Amino acid sequence: MHLLKTLAVAFCAALIAFVVEAIRRNRLKERYAILWLGAAGALLLLSVSPLLLDWIAIRLGVKYGTSLLFLVAFLFLLGIVLHFSLVISSHRDSIRRLTQSVALLERALEEQRGPQREP
Amino acid sequence: MRTLVIIPTLNEAQNIAAVVAAVRAQFAGDIVVVDDGSEDDSAQRARGAGALVLRHACNLGIGAAVQTGFLYALGQGYDAVVRLDGDGQHDPSFLPQFLHELEADRADVVVGSRFLAREGYQSTVVRRVGILILGVLSALVGARVTDPTSGYWALNRRAFAVLARSQPDDYPETQALVLVTRAGYRVRELPVIMQARSAGRSSIGALHSGFYMVKVILAVLVERLRRR
Repeated sequence: MHLLKTLAVAFCAALIAFVVEAIRRNRLKERYAILWLGAAGALLLLSVSPLLLDWIAIRLGVKYGTSLLFLVAFLFLLGIVLHFSLVISSHRDSIRRLTQSVALLERALEEQRGPQREP
Repeated sequence: MRTLVIIPTLNEAQNIAAVVAAVRAQFAGDIVVVDDGSEDDSAQRARGAGALVLRHACNLGIGAAVQTGFLYALGQGYDAVVRLDGDGQHDPSFLPQFLHELEADRADVVVGSRFLAREGYQSTVVRRVGILILGVLSALVGARVTDPTSGYWALNRRAFAVLARSQPDDYPETQALVLVTRAGYRVRELPVIMQARSAGRSSIGALHSGFYMVKVILAVLVERLRRR
């Protein structure tokens, strides 16, 4: 149990370090940074004091603390994946509009430079 | 009526020059080939055959390619557009008939159907079953056509302006049909004779046809749900 706790704490610390480093190198947008730091912080808190999890579980009427953790983690990931789908969809739209604008602008430029010449 | 012919194309270097030339033989106006990020020299060949070329820097899908053509037509003030495929499937000799329907104001959208006259290329059996199911589906959402996956269209300015604003991405024919019907435009079908593609391969493989249909059905249902 003791080893497991050490590992869990080490894992959370590594996660936080990774997120911080990613922000520092400008590879992670702040809005996601806050999300992941929050998640890593919550995990750290729970692994430092497993009793806290049990306490919350009992409060909520969940018999087994760990299953509450799984439920919360699952919902959290589900939410994130859904959010990413939305982001990807809107990016796809932006890419389409951009590519179309570039194509039309290129054509306008060609027209300005004179009639198209055969290659 | 100033008309623009739009030909979306992707890796059709073998066909595109012949397709442009065939359209040119029937039609004196402007022809624009929208190259949806081809890796071969489709764009140069289209240009060589006398078409204007709009080139996507990356592949966006046929719906977006057609939409780029609509946007161009909108910006340049064309009164009507005809879209046909870059693989030689759509015989351009029907073009005057299409435009006549628009000119006489009998329809806002004219769709070429290979099943009205039952001549020429009728597609493979598997695909035809799919097309039939899609037809029933389209009817359910209010568009009465026999060939809902046909990509041979003529549209007047009102109709293509709608699609220039919101053209579905991936399965544009059936979805777009639902869209213009819901927007209240008159869709009219004309019998056409289609040919099997003259060279190269379809972007929809044999195995993918079934999957394609399921996706189109979902897309159409989603289209129906979407808020206007």
